[in-house]
Amino acid sequence: MTDKPVYTEFHPRWYRTRVSTYWWLDRTPYVKFILRELSSIFVAFFVVITLLQIRALGQGPQAYPAFQQRLQAPIMIVLNIISLLFVLFHTITWFNLTPKAIVLRVRGRRLPDLLIAAPNYVAWLVVSGLIAWIVTGG
Amino acid sequence: MADKITLEVARYDPQRHTEPTFEKYEVPFRQDWVILDALNYIKDRLDGSLSYRWSCRMGICGSCGMMVDGEPKLTCATFLSSYAPGPVRVEALRNFPIVRDLVIEMTDFMVKLKKVKPWIVRENEKPISQGEYLQTPEQLENYKQFSMCINCLLCYAACPVYGLDNLFTGPAVIALAQRYNLDSRDVGARERREILSDHEGIWGCTFVGECTEVCPKHVDPAGAIQQYKVDAAIDWFKSFLLPRGAK
Repeated sequence: MTDKPVYTEFHPRWYRTRVSTYWWLDRTPYVKFILRELSSIFVAFFVVITLLQIRALGQGPQAYPAFQQRLQAPIMIVLNIISLLFVLFHTITWFNLTPKAIVLRVRGRRLPDLLIAAPNYVAWLVVSGLIAWIVTGG
Repeated sequence: MADKITLEVARYDPQRHTEPTFEKYEVPFRQDWVILDALNYIKDRLDGSLSYRWSCRMGICGSCGMMVDGEPKLTCATFLSSYAPGPVRVEALRNFPIVRDLVIEMTDFMVKLKKVKPWIVRENEKPISQGEYLQTPEQLENYKQFSMCINCLLCYAACPVYGLDNLFTGPAVIALAQRYNLDSRDVGARERREILSDHEGIWGCTFVGECTEVCPKHVDPAGAIQQYKVDAAIDWFKSFLLPRGAK
């Protein structure tokens, strides 16, 4: 953990603690932060899957069922479930953080956090509903 | 209820040690004692060589910040009874060089603070004969929260970004810069932008959010940084979308 003490002109021996590689295991909020950062990998995974899906659609009626078949492999299902959990974690923590970044004042009073976060959830529900409606053949 | 509690206090004497070690002290366990009272007891009765900073013992001066059981705390506002039956670990604030025992070196913070001009910048000072600069309660409300900062540095001790890279401007400095940016009497936002919008300024922040959690004055530095990010991004878009005159 320790370096040799650092010598400077006025303070001959300061002690500097070196940050451990595993600093993020020290406290629950740090772990949650690292998980949120890690979730970007799973977001990317969903993006790649969607792009592959679009490509398979473009390749015609034979390619698409083959693509669906591949998605039904147990490993893909497990990966998808893990990704979904991470993406949900990402989305919910992100929405809950919006009141920190956005300050709106109405008649001089700051809008409560709930009113800043809630529209995100409403938009999320509306868009999800709309997509579900289109996919199920509206 | 036990009448004694053990404190494990980090000791570092630059003349004798290469790294801090923990020393145990038994102090009276009293409901009305904060950690600072226990440290004062040690200094007065058990070991006069213990070094630490404190002054007001009422959460205003910001000098008694230390790590208590691994969390940054103002020791004058942290009760012993929260840690019963003990032992309680007391260490110097994390992420700063240690001068001795519980005393940290904070020049880095002071240098950064001065760079963002944490004072009201005016183009023209009006003469005293013209009276004060007036401000409405709404204008005060805009920055009041950020003005509560007491420079105790708990936010720096909680910030892993600062711990890993101490070039980062850090939470309190950005919150204090924002305190003046949002002040209706101030015109210094443009001068501060260069430091704040730097890679080591707001964009260094990865929004861990712990600075806000540990702040004893509810300043919300994480909020200040994110709000400034939004402002800086809007300014950046404006700078190339709008004609020069409209900026």
